[in-house]
Amino acid sequence: MSQKATIVVHSGDMDKVYSALIIANGALSMGMEASLYFTFWGLERLKKGGLEKGPLSKMHFLGLGKWMIKSRMKKANVASLERLISDYKDLGGKIIACEMTMEIMGIEKEGLQQDLIDEYGAVGTYIQEARDSEITLFI
Amino acid sequence: MSNLKIDVKGETCPIPLVEARKALRTASLGDIVEITGTHPASKKEIPMAVEALGMELISVEENDGIWKIKIKR
Repeated sequence: MSQKATIVVHSGDMDKVYSALIIANGALSMGMEASLYFTFWGLERLKKGGLEKGPLSKMHFLGLGKWMIKSRMKKANVASLERLISDYKDLGGKIIACEMTMEIMGIEKEGLQQDLIDEYGAVGTYIQEARDSEITLFI
Repeated sequence: MSNLKIDVKGETCPIPLVEARKALRTASLGDIVEITGTHPASKKEIPMAVEALGMELISVEENDGIWKIKIKR
């Protein structure tokens, strides 16, 4: 069995979702398996049309900061989150949505991008993934 | 046996690495994948990935900031 990376995506902040997806794509590209467990604010990013909607974790300034960073990212030719998540799925990455968060936040499956989600689970699912992972992160 | 060419010039982290992996996945055993790019870190990271994947690194060349990496699946 190949090595694995399991990442909890707790934050819905744009910059942190970038980190999670870049690391997860890196793991897949270097021959590992990868699982992303979306919970709390992170789960908001799996809502239909929600992926790019996250604020910046610092210096958001009512959107001005995000706009500035986005324009600099565009200049540096950084890939969009949409592209990163689609590459992630193409390379066989797994996405798990936290059921408790769905309940707390009143999110129905219909409101989520179900085509991206492999599994709906709770902490046991995370532990099963993490216990045989060489890398596990909380972002 | 075929030769697959990938151009990631101007692309930044993690795209060169991801595109290299995607190409290596579609290649058949014995195929040659040739990746051309400009992102500096990827020049050393793609060979690391090749090693981790147990594939064969044929060559790494660089000219005027443009590198070319050849891999045998």
